[in-house]
Amino acid sequence: MDEALSKKLRILADAAKYDASCASSGAPKRSAGKDGLGSTTGAGICHAYTPDGRCVSLLKLLLTNWCLFDCAYCINRRSSNVRRARFTVEEVVTLTVEFYKRNYIEGLFLSSGIIRSPDHTMELLTRVAKSLRRDHGFRGYIHLKSIPEASPWLIEEAGLYADRLSINIELPTEESLERLAPEKDGASIQGAMAQIGERILEAKAEKRRFSPAGQSTQVIVGADATTDTSLIARSAHLYDSVGLKRVYYSAFSPIPEGSAILPPKPPPLAREHRLYQADWLLRYYSFSAAEVADAAEDGMLPLDVDPKLAWALRHRERFPVDVNRADREMLLRVPGLGARAVDRIVAARRHTSLRLEDVGRLTSALKRARPFLVAADHRPTHLTDRLDLRARLAEPVQQLTLF
Amino acid sequence: MGAPAETAARPMVQSVALAPGADLAGFRSAARRLVGAGVPPERIAWTVAGAPELFGAAEALAEAPPLILPKAATETIGLAAQHRDPERYALLYALIWRLTHGERGLMEVASDPLVHRLWLMRKAVGRDLHKMHAFLRFRRVQDTGTERFAAWFEPEHHILVAAAGFFVDRFRSLRWSILTPDGSARWDGNSLSFGPPGRREDVPEGDGFEAGWRDYYESTFNPARTNLRAMRAEMPRKYWHNMPETLAIPALVRAAAGRTVEMIERSPAMPAKREPAKAVAAMFDDEPKSLEALNAIIRKAEPLVPGATQAVLGEGPVGATLAFVGEQPGDQEDLKGRPFVGPAGMLFTRAAEEAGIDRGEAYVTNAVKHFKFTLRGKRRIHEKPTAGEVSHYRWWLDKELELVGPKLVVALGATAVLALTGKQIPITRARGPFRFDRQGNRFHGYITVHPSYLLRLPDEAKAEAYAAFVGDLRRIAELGAELAA
Repeated sequence: MDEALSKKLRILADAAKYDASCASSGAPKRSAGKDGLGSTTGAGICHAYTPDGRCVSLLKLLLTNWCLFDCAYCINRRSSNVRRARFTVEEVVTLTVEFYKRNYIEGLFLSSGIIRSPDHTMELLTRVAKSLRRDHGFRGYIHLKSIPEASPWLIEEAGLYADRLSINIELPTEESLERLAPEKDGASIQGAMAQIGERILEAKAEKRRFSPAGQSTQVIVGADATTDTSLIARSAHLYDSVGLKRVYYSAFSPIPEGSAILPPKPPPLAREHRLYQADWLLRYYSFSAAEVADAAEDGMLPLDVDPKLAWALRHRERFPVDVNRADREMLLRVPGLGARAVDRIVAARRHTSLRLEDVGRLTSALKRARPFLVAADHRPTHLTDRLDLRARLAEPVQQLTLF
Repeated sequence: MGAPAETAARPMVQSVALAPGADLAGFRSAARRLVGAGVPPERIAWTVAGAPELFGAAEALAEAPPLILPKAATETIGLAAQHRDPERYALLYALIWRLTHGERGLMEVASDPLVHRLWLMRKAVGRDLHKMHAFLRFRRVQDTGTERFAAWFEPEHHILVAAAGFFVDRFRSLRWSILTPDGSARWDGNSLSFGPPGRREDVPEGDGFEAGWRDYYESTFNPARTNLRAMRAEMPRKYWHNMPETLAIPALVRAAAGRTVEMIERSPAMPAKREPAKAVAAMFDDEPKSLEALNAIIRKAEPLVPGATQAVLGEGPVGATLAFVGEQPGDQEDLKGRPFVGPAGMLFTRAAEEAGIDRGEAYVTNAVKHFKFTLRGKRRIHEKPTAGEVSHYRWWLDKELELVGPKLVVALGATAVLALTGKQIPITRARGPFRFDRQGNRFHGYITVHPSYLLRLPDEAKAEAYAAFVGDLRRIAELGAELAA
């Protein structure tokens, strides 16, 4: 690899890393044709982890970090003094193919600064995906960031080659967008997401290929005053209205070349973690946004206990729950019991009466579950009502250091 | 645990020797025979033969009938047999014994100590497989001619055979070998073969893309989020020495705190460049502003369903009073690149003339711009566009009508109605004047049949239907004239 390309790679990978999504999941299983390259496994694979603990699955790049937009939270905004670079379509294709052949990556996640116009930029992004599929028989994963301001037909063309499309809402409210991302417009973002959502459904019904792994979005946490409960309510709405696969919460990160409108501050990592847990409750534990709000105080999720435990502590009257009798829905509400553990409990108790020790083999979080459970040989007696229960179960406040 | 020693001391203990590694075939055939003969777990000592010759005798024994086991058990056996734990066969046989002796539902009792232990083993093997798929790195072998790749990997369990299929699926068109301390796998582009253990030295020492990959790894790391525990949990140290990017970790971690503090403390810089005011103002001015500009975009686009010769664009003057919207181009239209020139188009032109409409003064177009067909012999048989295809092309139709600006838009047939309203509306019910109103595009409209419908009718019905169609066109002409006035 020549030095010029390496230099571009360093600039444009650095510029792309603030997008949290990395998943290579959800695509239908495919394998390489006789002369082709690449496969997808369904669940996705993380090929490495960086010292921030994040998964490296897709080659995450910007086509260019030149940008006409001026979003305050973004390192690539036009008023930033960051070093700029621009890949050609062929360079991105080569990097993707050569990295893929060495088993470094699952595929490509390509985004771009807006150059010349949204349409021009969107066309370039699609050309990369098209060249990979057509010229290289590439069957690996492709995630394209869509530009909501681009013409609708260009966004739709991208869906023919990509496994996943995403449009970032970035900021949860219209006022924040106006203040911090003046070129963006909430209505066109929402409109483009709805359009993609419709096309995905139609294509599925007609058995055509269109962004088969669905669409996702990212919202920045901590750059404005939005509360956790309104973030979660917003996500719940997006899951319902446009069939979103995932919302990524990205703790606002200090960036080199920070903007004067946003004072640099350390990222609220613990808050981001609790939001992911709450989001999980929406998607896999049939919690409503209102129930998640019930776990919060003044709109914010507690940092010392997870949201499911916080909800249970508020609703002690619903506990303890009998592992040998309670229905699935109620077992899912027990802190420390995950969806998989609940399935195994329900299967096992058809053959045997579960004791506490048995439950311990089905979940790795028995300590948290115990005060809320009745088993064949266990009743929590007054434990559920103890006032200091929260303190006993809270995680020691984690000192998040930078080492 | 000492169990094998204990049982070995007793008489009547059978010793069963299996091949090194994951000898699933050997275990299966032994288990069939032993269960068939009613030998309980405590009377068997499972050993692994030092060399493959030793178990040749067992192979020669007559094959006992298969055991009928739940699917979950077969899966567990297949995976746990690859575990490095020397007790694996004894545990698996105990499981089979219980499943076949009154505990058929045992697999569902995940809380049972034996089931639980095997589940943990199965999970460990699954994780090892997953990590091998993730962390193995190929290096290009620099020799003559075709591209060849090689990798050195040290799996924890006996997973090479099970792991190889993934690499075949993924790298079918390449030639590669994977070397491990237990054995090796080789793919020559056509077939997969397994061989003796390899050595790390048999794999090239580097690769031309490793430095670039390390650059990427370093650049994608965000120092403000450093979390070493999370990294080590997912990428344990034991894998590091075979992954070129991990060389960067110590330096990244050392510098992280300093980089973060600097980002936070550094005061915001003033933009060094002038505002690109003109470019910013111009960037949203991107929409096609003339019919030619729109047509250039449509002409360039590929058909949603492959096969069409070319895009068939609308035809007629901008500012036409009447716009007719059909379904999609047919065989003739596709070849000539013009709308309404096939049999249905000719019928339409004749009927329009009878109704006093000059086709040259009207705008004529289709909801879908590319021909879609199925090949029957040499004939290309027209195929109706799906609802999804219609909505895919609808943006262009909307834009086209906006740029032409007709006074009255005529939907010919159900597909045109779908494109203009977004809804499936039966023609028989809606035939006549109609108001098209969707997403800012408002038009006086009229719904009638598609001329191809007339061609398909039996002869006795044709004349009447044709007359009705001409009747519709007369009303359309009148309405158009009124609206234009």
